[in-house]
This record gives sequence, structure tokens and C-alpha cells, in this order.
Amino acid sequence: MRRAVGALLRKELLVELRTLESVPAMSLFSLTTFVVFHFALNRTSVEGDLAAGILWVTLLFAAILGINRLFVADADQGGFDGFLLAPVDRTAMLIAKALTLLAYLLVLEIVAVPAFALLLLAGSLGRALPGLVWVLLLADIGIAAIGTLVAALAVRTRARDLLGPLLALPLLVPVVIGGARASSPLFTLPRSGGPAARWLLTLGLYDLIFGLIAFALFDFLLED
Amino acid sequence: MRALEVEGLARHFGEREALSGVSVSLEMGQTLVVFGPNGAGKTTLLRVLASLLRPHAGDVRVLGSTLPVNAWEVRGRVGLLGHEPLLYRELTARENLMFHARLHGVGASRVSEVLDAVAMSARCQEPLRSLSRGMVQRVAIARAVLHDPQLLLLDEPHSNLDPAAVELVAPLIGAASGRARVICSHDPAGGLAQADRVLGLREGRQVLWGEHASPQQIAELYR
Repeated sequence: MRRAVGALLRKELLVELRTLESVPAMSLFSLTTFVVFHFALNRTSVEGDLAAGILWVTLLFAAILGINRLFVADADQGGFDGFLLAPVDRTAMLIAKALTLLAYLLVLEIVAVPAFALLLLAGSLGRALPGLVWVLLLADIGIAAIGTLVAALAVRTRARDLLGPLLALPLLVPVVIGGARASSPLFTLPRSGGPAARWLLTLGLYDLIFGLIAFALFDFLLED
Repeated sequence: MRALEVEGLARHFGEREALSGVSVSLEMGQTLVVFGPNGAGKTTLLRVLASLLRPHAGDVRVLGSTLPVNAWEVRGRVGLLGHEPLLYRELTARENLMFHARLHGVGASRVSEVLDAVAMSARCQEPLRSLSRGMVQRVAIARAVLHDPQLLLLDEPHSNLDPAAVELVAPLIGAASGRARVICSHDPAGGLAQADRVLGLREGRQVLWGEHASPQQIAELYR
């Protein structure tokens, strides 16, 4: 299993490095969105629920771009068949794809969060950053599990570009709510509090449930 | 153990019957050549035998394992060369083969060996999208035999290959490889010359089966 996950993950990252199809698009989308909010709200600083809402909705839609592309190379170039012919556990593909999406999200956030701070938090995250890292990590795990499941389901359909977001958005709404509620105290001035523990717990629980659902269903999605 | 034992195989896609009542058998080391016009069900048959498609009726045993229940026993013992090379265009030939080698638990030395065998060592560091279709086919052949499968499933294996390349890959996928083979072909003379068994399909139905067939019988399939 470890060997197969390693092989798949290495292949995924190599393909992304060569094509630059997902991460640059996700990053550029988030930067553009923050610029739009900056000018549309005509404010250099937002706080509390509004700041958290802007951050999480932007990250959600940026993630959708990555989710939509996650299995495209495999579906178009026979990667599914090549994998299915190998004597390896099919769960290896779920784990490798989820880790790939997680890596995309982490790179996205390395670009997006400083841009968010610069354009909409008057240039500083201050003490919010350590708490925000935990919220982002928990939410990313949920997005990776749900995104991988949805992408695998959508990619074999003719309307995959439409079906992916249609399935992913409602399933990811709880992650966005959890992420926004957990991080809202971090953006409330003065920035002294940590993330809301209740919502961190909710995110963790959601990750666990959807991790298990993805584990249980993924094999069937690869069946003909 | 037989390479193939298929009895009454049926497979459909929605309402359309892609295969119906197909019964064949093949000993280890022998070659079955499948003839039939486009849409006859040849590719579907190969995909069922490779465990990529589930049979909807009939008994299918590949290398002694029953499909689909024991499909996991078949994987890794079968090499499939289809219309698609099952390779990533953005990766080099070596990277593609290393990926498949890791999945199959095969070492890097075997990758170099098969790249040499298909004369692709010199261009193995170039992305596949920059190679000609014939070169990609040679890399696909290297991929199909990388894990030394007991059964080869070959769908028009010589497409895009020039005569020199056909000779080059013969030790890997030809009769000399010693592997059981199922070959889909549109070349009556070339196909019959290799065949220990001949199967003719038309509209998913078995219309010809035996040890021998004449070129006229094959030509009749396409009328």
C-alpha cells in the first residue's frame, strides 16, 4: 500500500509540476477574488464574521478548481486502467489523490492567506496565524476527503465539469461554516482569542466521518 | 492450468449487447487471434479478460482465477496493450515506466531492460507528448511486458509501428515470448500465421471458433 501511494503521489506531483494546471489557477483565482473584495467593499480592513466569510468562501471556490482537475489526466490518458491492472489495493489511489489535493490546498493557502492579510486585514494577521493554521489544516483534510470522493464520481460522467461543483458545494458547506465560525474570533479586534474550540471539534468530526465514507465508497467508484 | 476458459460470456452496455454467448479456451503459451469488424466486441472481450469490465453472464476463468470474484488474483499477471497506451503524456518514457514498475513491485533495472528492448533508451527522458505515435506504441509495449505477465492481451499491437519496429518488439510480444496471447487483429494473413486458435466475432456474437480458419472465412466476417 505504501509503495503504491508513494508511486501515485510522486506521479501526481510530477504531472502537476509539468502542466501547472491546478495550483496556479487556484492561487490566481483566490488573489483575484481578494482584489475584487478589496475594491468592491472599498475597505482596507475587515474583521470578525465578514473577514472569515470572505476567506473561506474564496478558499472553497479555489478548491473546487483543483477538485475538478484531480482525475482528469487519469480519465483522459488511461491512468485508471493502468492503475486497475496493477496488483495493489485501490484505496492507495484514494489516499494518494487526497494527499495530492491536500498539498494543492496547502500551497494555495501559502499564497492566499498573506494576500488576504495584505488586502483585507490591513496587512497583518498578528496573533491570528497560529490558530488559523489549525483551522486551515482541519478544513483542508475535510475538503481533500470530500473533494477526492466527488471528483472520482464526477470524472467518469460526460458532464464532469458541471457535476463536480454541483456535488462538492453542498457537501463542503459544513466545512466552510466550521472554518468560518472557528476562525471568526481570530479576526475579531482586538486579536487576542484563539479559534472557537467547538467548531474545531466539529471540523474534526466532519473530517472523520467523510474520511470513513470515502474509504468505504471509493472502491465502488473505480468499478465499471 | 489453462490461460483462458470462457463459457457463455455476455456483456452489455445499457440496452446494447457488446458480447453474447462467447465461449473460448486457450492453453498456456498458445495464441488466440480474434477477428471481427469494428464494433464486433473485440476490445470489450479484452477488457473483460483483463478484469477491467465485469462479465454480465457466463463463466470466465483467466489463469485459473474466476472473474470477477477473484479479479485481484489476475491483476499483475496480465499485460494489456489496448488502443490507449495507458501512459501520461507529460511524463517521460522512463518516468511512466518507473511509475508502473513501482505499482507492480518491479525494480528499476527491469525498466532499463525493457527500454533497451524497444530501442527507446536514447529518448527515454523526453515527455511522451514529444514522441511520435510509433515511439509511444513501443513504450506502451514496454509497459505491457514490464512485469513479465503470463498472459498478453493485445489489441492491434502493431498499429503505428514500422516494419523494423515490428521485428524489434517480436521477442517481447511475439510467439517467441512464450506467453499466452490474445490478439485482436484486422490482418488476416498476419493473424492466421500466429494463431493456435481463431475466434471470429460479429455484433458481439461468436461466429467462428476453431484451430484453423481460411483467409476466405476471415474475409467473410467483414462483409
